[in-house]
Amino acid sequence: MAIFGLWVINKAGGLVYQRNFADGLAQLTSNEYLVLAGTLHGIHAITSRLSPTGSSSGAHVIEAETFKMTILLTPTGTKFVLLTSLAETSANAVLQKVYEAYADGVMKNPFHTPDMPIRSEVFDTKIAALIEPGHT
Amino acid sequence: MSSHPPPSRFSLLSPTNTSARFSLPSAPSITTATTGTPKPLSRPNIYDRPLNKTRTAEVSASAFAFLFSEVVQYMQKRVSGINDLERRLNTLGYRIGTRVLELMVWRTESLSKAPKREIRFLPALMSIHTNVWKAVFGKPADAIEKSVQNEDEYMIIDNDPVVTRNISVPRDMSQLSCSSFTAGIVEAVLDGLGFPARVTAHNTPVNDFPLRNTILIKLEKSVLEREELFK
Repeated sequence: MAIFGLWVINKAGGLVYQRNFADGLAQLTSNEYLVLAGTLHGIHAITSRLSPTGSSSGAHVIEAETFKMTILLTPTGTKFVLLTSLAETSANAVLQKVYEAYADGVMKNPFHTPDMPIRSEVFDTKIAALIEPGHT
Repeated sequence: MSSHPPPSRFSLLSPTNTSARFSLPSAPSITTATTGTPKPLSRPNIYDRPLNKTRTAEVSASAFAFLFSEVVQYMQKRVSGINDLERRLNTLGYRIGTRVLELMVWRTESLSKAPKREIRFLPALMSIHTNVWKAVFGKPADAIEKSVQNEDEYMIIDNDPVVTRNISVPRDMSQLSCSSFTAGIVEAVLDGLGFPARVTAHNTPVNDFPLRNTILIKLEKSVLEREELFK
């Protein structure tokens, strides 16, 4: 049970926040993270059109042998991606709380420009309080 | 169109309705009139609610946070520097403070049997610390301090200020304290009570409270002289 990392992807597919928590996944360069986020954005857009029965919110969980990524798409198009171990069950609950922290610490901050990288101490502290204590 | 159209906004202004609109609580509220919705609002319009009921008069902190965020962004485009921005926030708070004082005087007048007006500085400061803070932020401030070096300086300390709870100031503007808005409120209340002072806000983070803020009150000489006479 571990949470490896959190990404926030804006509605245009840009990575605006990326943070690692536990060791376990190979570290990438910031450029590679950007490419990965953009690719995920594209894949997500396609998966949302695959549904046989009308509209769909797209890929929700992508699983690998050793880890999984859980994706939360907000109504405004921002995506929160949580990288966790396979056994982790709290991913969805954590993502909801991350969304809440984002609404509070980022959207209510007058010094944040929408769709730009997130530099907010309030958000950082909230995320740390949310994810790190139980998973150190 | 039905044969009974919903009342248009003009019908409210017709002479037969004018008196009812201003005197009867059942009169249609202003919001219903302008938007033209046929369904009456479940809660009375803010102008129709009694001023003394504080329990139901709370507003959403989120809504305020978004509004305040926009205010700061709007001002930031129109100022030349941090000092200018703080001065403007102070002015905005001042306009609110005058109203807060007015409202609080009105409320104590109708609620207590012996309403009183603070004429000494320390009780006035205490009442700002508890009553004003409770009326505006829903909780008392955390501490009052007196400056050791300057005897005309007092401080009100808030560990988790509602106004700046969601604001992260970028590093290049680290001196900026958006609590200047709160300072403006305090300045207006002090002014209204007859204690002219210069009030400023300063970030004083400590480990447990990264957002801790100090409101610094620098009293005018005349106030200190008057306090001396009271002794």
